[in-house]
Order: sequence, then C-alpha cells, then structure tokens
Amino acid sequence: MQRRTNRPAVALTAALATGALVLTGCSGSPAGTSDTGSAEAISQEEIDAAMTTETDLTFWTWVPDIQNQVDLFEAEYPAIHVEKVNVGQGAAHYQKLRTAIKAGTGAPDVVQLEFQHLPSFRLAESLLDLAPYGAADVAGDYADWIWSQVSDGEAVYAIPQDIGPMGNLYREDLLAEAGIEVPTTWEQFAEAARTYRAANPDKYLTNMPGNDAGQFVGFLWQAGARPFGYDGAETVTIDLDTPEVAKVVDFWNALVRDDLIAVDPDFTDQWYQGLVNGRYASWQGAAWGPSFLQGTAAETSGLWRVAPLPQWDPENPASGNWGGSTDAVLTTTENPIAAAQLALWINTAHEPALELATEDFLFPASQAILEDSAFLDQEAEFYGGQQVNKEFADISATVTPDFGWLPFMDFVYSSYNETVGKAFADRTDLATAMAAWQDGLKTYATAQGFTVK
Amino acid sequence: MSATVTAPPSVSAVEGRRRGTGLRRRQAVAAYCFVAPFFLVFLAMLVLPLFYSGYLSLFREQLMGGTVFTGVGNYVRALQDQAFISGVLRMARFLVIQVPVMLGLSLVFALALDSGRLRLQRAIRLSIFVPYAVPGVIAALMWGYLYGPDFGPFAQGARALGLATPQFLGNDWMLGSIMNIVTWSFAGYNMIILYAALRSIPPELYEAARVDGAGEFRVAWSIKIPAIKPALLLTTIFSVIGTFQLFNEPSLLRILAPNVIGVGYTPNLYAYNLAFTNQEINYAAAIAFLLGFVIMVVSYAVQLGAVRRERRS
Repeated sequence: MQRRTNRPAVALTAALATGALVLTGCSGSPAGTSDTGSAEAISQEEIDAAMTTETDLTFWTWVPDIQNQVDLFEAEYPAIHVEKVNVGQGAAHYQKLRTAIKAGTGAPDVVQLEFQHLPSFRLAESLLDLAPYGAADVAGDYADWIWSQVSDGEAVYAIPQDIGPMGNLYREDLLAEAGIEVPTTWEQFAEAARTYRAANPDKYLTNMPGNDAGQFVGFLWQAGARPFGYDGAETVTIDLDTPEVAKVVDFWNALVRDDLIAVDPDFTDQWYQGLVNGRYASWQGAAWGPSFLQGTAAETSGLWRVAPLPQWDPENPASGNWGGSTDAVLTTTENPIAAAQLALWINTAHEPALELATEDFLFPASQAILEDSAFLDQEAEFYGGQQVNKEFADISATVTPDFGWLPFMDFVYSSYNETVGKAFADRTDLATAMAAWQDGLKTYATAQGFTVK
Repeated sequence: MSATVTAPPSVSAVEGRRRGTGLRRRQAVAAYCFVAPFFLVFLAMLVLPLFYSGYLSLFREQLMGGTVFTGVGNYVRALQDQAFISGVLRMARFLVIQVPVMLGLSLVFALALDSGRLRLQRAIRLSIFVPYAVPGVIAALMWGYLYGPDFGPFAQGARALGLATPQFLGNDWMLGSIMNIVTWSFAGYNMIILYAALRSIPPELYEAARVDGAGEFRVAWSIKIPAIKPALLLTTIFSVIGTFQLFNEPSLLRILAPNVIGVGYTPNLYAYNLAFTNQEINYAAAIAFLLGFVIMVVSYAVQLGAVRRERRS
C-alpha cells in the first residue's frame, strides 16, 4: 500500500477546498441529479477520455483485502490512481462520512455503503446517479430484490457489492446429541428450542441479541412485513403495527419469556465464546456468516452446517436480507466518470467480482458470480464439506422483493436497542417495546420534517 | 533660576523613567509573546468552538426542511427531556457516592505516606499512582474483561466456589462498576496532590503538637487535614467536573453491555449520540451548554459550601 506524506495530503485538501468553492461558485456539481429521472448518458468517448487522464481517486471501504481488486483496476486503467482508506466499520464509518460531507472537504470519491443507509445519503443529495455512467446497463445482472434496493425508477444510486440473505447456521453434533431434527418451520424451531433447553440446562438452541436490529429486521423481512418506506421526497412509512410484525414479535416473545433462548449481545467477546463453546447451538445468520464463523470459531471446524431459515409457510419458502453493501459515488467528486467506473468495474467485471467472492469472502450480489461454478462448487471443510455458497445462492433466490428503508436508519437502529433490544436483554414484553419503538420513530420523523404515513 | 537648577535632575529622572518603561514594555512584550501561543490555541480550540456551538444551539436543522432559528427552543426541550434529566441525576448519584469514597481513599493513602512509617514508601506511592498512567480507554477495556460474566476472573472464581455469577455489567451493578473503574484510575492522582500539600506543612507544627502530647491520629485530624483544605477543595472540584463529563468508561462498556448503557447513560454520551447518531447537532450543542451550566453550578456550590464552613469555624 502506498503511503502519502502529510504535505501532499494538505495540498490535496486545499486543492479540493478551492475546487469545491469554484464548483459551487460557477456551475452546478458535476452531475448532482437527485430526481429519479436520469440525465443524458455519458458517451463511450467521454468515458475513454476520462479513463486515460491522470486522475486520483479516494475509496473508503472496510473490506480488508480489497486492495488486490483495486490493484487490478489500476492495472486495467493505469492513469487512475486509487487510494484505499479504511476509516472504520459500522457507526464509525458513517459518522466520519457524514462529517466529511458536512465539512465540504475530505469526503471520498467512492464509498462503501450498506443498503439500508442509501436513502439517508440520497436524502442529503450526496449520491451521484450512476445510470448515465453505465450503471443502467448492469441492472440485468442483479436479482430484482437487490436492484430495487439501489435504484429508484431510472436512477441508480449505488452498485451492489455483497448481500446477506439469511440462513440457519447450526451445530450438527449438538443437535444430533439432543435428538433434534433441523427445524424447517418456526413452529418446529420453537419446539426444538424447548427440547434442547430441557436437555441442556446451561445451553440454548440459539441466541437473540438485543443490539442487532439488522437481524431482527431481517426476520421481519422474511415474514413479509414491510415496516419502512421512503418515497424519495418528504413522505416516510413507519408501520410496525401489522399482523406480519405481530407474528414475529409473538414468536420471539414466548421464547424469550420462557428463557428458551439466550439474549446475549452479539459481536462481543462473550458471544464469540458462546459460538465456540457451544452455548448456542445455532445462529440465524446471513450469507456473510459462514466465512465470519470460520474465522471466529476455528476450534469447531467440521461441526457446523448450513440450512435455510425456518419458514412461516413451507410451501412458499422465503428469506430476508441482513447486511451486505454497495459502492456509491458521492456528488462532490471531481471525477465522476472515473469514480463511477471504479464502483462499476470492481463489482461487475468478472475477475475482480469473482475474487471478491472467493478471496475476500464477500457473498456476491452479482448473478453472474452467483451462477459461477468456481464460486458455487467450493466445499468448506469447516462445514463438513458442504457447498455452503450453493446453499446461500439458493436462499438468495427466495428473498422477497420490495423491502424499504427509512432515510435515518442510524436512529432507527439506535432506537431499537433502547426499546425492543432492551426488552430482549431484560426479557420483558416485546409487544410493549415494539409500540415504544414505533412511537419513537414517528416522533423523530415528524420532528425532522417528514410526513409520516 | 530655580528652573535651571532643577531642570537637569528632572530630565535625567524622566530619562530614567523612560528607560524603565522601555524595559518594562520590552518585558511586557516578551511576556505576551510567551503566553501568545497558549492564547492562540485557547481562542481557536476553545473560545471559538464555544461561541460556535452556542450559536448552533439556537437553531434547529431538520433532515427535511432545512434550518430554522428557534431561540431557546432547544434548551426548553432539553429541560423536559427525560433522557437528559435522568443522565444528569445518574451523574449526581455517581458524584455523592464515588467522589467521597475516592477522595477518602486518596486522603488515607496520602496521610499514610506522609506519616513516614511505611517501608518501601516510593514503591507504594508509585504503585498507587500507576493506574492514573494507564489510559482511560485501556483501563475500561481491562476492567471490561475482568467484569466479564463468562470468562472474567471474578465470574470464574465465583463459579469455582459454586456461587452465582456476579453480574457486574448488568442493570443493577453497572453504575457501581463504573465507579470502581474511576476510583481505581484517579485515587492515585488525587493522592499525589494531597501528598504534595501535606509535604508543604511546616514541621514545627508537628513538633509543637507532639510537645502538647498529640499522637499521630490527633496530628492528622487537627493539623494535617485542616492545613490541606485548599488541596481537598481543588481535588473535589476536579472530581465534580470529571464526574459530569464521564464518557470514556460508559462508551466502552457499552460495547459489552449495549442494552444496559443506553444512549443517554451520561449527559456527555447523550450529546455525542444526539450529534452523531440522531444527526441533531443543534440539540446536542444545547445539551452540552446545559451540562456546562450544571457543572458550573455544582462546582460553585461546592466552593461556596467550603468557604461558608471555613467562616463558621
């Protein structure tokens, strides 16, 4: 990795600042279209010219080894120099990004964003419509449920990178020991939780953390609930008072109340230990879970297996999505063409996209990679030789479309932890907490000037 | 006539004075030059941001609809905000329990060291002080591990003895656990301040007391403690300020116990979350100002109380 000294960095910041001044002074931003109607497509000549002009790009991403794919991009386009920066993951990443956008300087050209955060950056008119830059042509390479997350009408706000369709990761040995079949319906799951708990006084069939709204929202997604929505203008939908939501809440309420599942916060040391030492016999995780688990619970190699989530309606298998990310281009970029090409190329050109899946272990969003045998046929020793990728590729096809988000998911998730999450952790009534969550969200949305539907 | 006689000395006197003021002015310039770096940084990093956030606190920026002037609207909202008030009250509880315990310990340590009856005095002094040298973040991480309900040593010890696992990071114990971390970190620091004050008491007083038949405890109670009152007041005020600004420890333990430490566990943490999670920077600025006001009032009350007591005695 190239290291920059401070001096050029300062010069660069100054140049960016003056550049920004000039831009706001004379003309509009390069292509800051915020409406759903896309502008004129950029011609191939313009793209070729831009890609052969010496250009510096900054790319914020938390994928540890994506430098390899950035190198491939630089080899393909020697005139473009990309500086990869990891400013942190999760809240840290978004806080820094928002601060840089607000400050008007220091924001990257290309940035990794999770699906649920796209509307909030769209609201701030920070995302460049990539449709004129060639993104419109790759729509067919993604499943509908994925493409609908990054696009609105003709406009495309990000290129999908990885996804997290949800499945059931379980310890085959522990279930067999307890004489439990892998549950295929939630009803069986509840039964299994009871049986397992009766046989193991200090262990649980699964854990339901009080600090992971993403997982819980994934369950809502699977059950067919569509609690959130944003029309791209002033109206948001907040509806947690539906039969689909109630179904999920009632289900977990019973398990939590009767102490049939653990309620430890996830992604903490205690939780990692729990995965290793068998405190939890399963984890209703996402497609990025297998490689994560393999790294975290290496001692339990060979004992884990993957299955689809238990179902509400086995006739119509469904799943939700938890996590995954995209690469977006900020409207403040001075090199929209090169930035858009980076976001596009790294995720849609076959070589880097396949590498992201097979070497960086990002579960691919691209249909071409999801059908590539080099990816599908990988056998994981950790999962007893199971073709885990194939399993999740099949699950991905069952994720239901049209799930929406609110343009302030930071607050939504933080507020979840205070209400529903706390109810999980303290084993108090989830339904009351759901009502409090919904009230809090509506109050916030109204105070922020949205019309709540 | 007389004028011509008196003229020369007066001229030289004026000159002398001028030379004197010249020197003084040069010295004054030098003095200003020396303090200038501090004041520049002070202005740029403290005064300006202070005014800026004061300015920010008078507005409300909505995600939808832009920025509007609200005057004291944010302050009115804060005074009715249950999360903010309960955070301040929690810190008040922290204050009345933790600060006396910590300063009591510091005083006992300082008196013990000052009595000169301890062996390995230097080593003991250093070891009590060392926790202060451990960065707060490291301290919180370390204690977070020690408190761990699964593999923390206390939990393991309890299990080995067949006792219930102590829930240091649970709803009931968390505040106490944080108090313990802060006490551990700062008792040594306060001890050094008190110890330094003790060393500056003239030894004749002790001799006089001894002649009067006073023992070690009597000396400590009647001479040492009254003599270091100013230092005790100083450490108390530092602790008051530190308490209300509590941030590092709860924000790190929050990672381990996200549902126990909420967004408003301490007022500082609340302001931070408002600004960066809720994107309510203006409201966060108002909260920060109110917090500053609370600190000012409490510090002043402590000082006033001390002065009153002084006067009465």
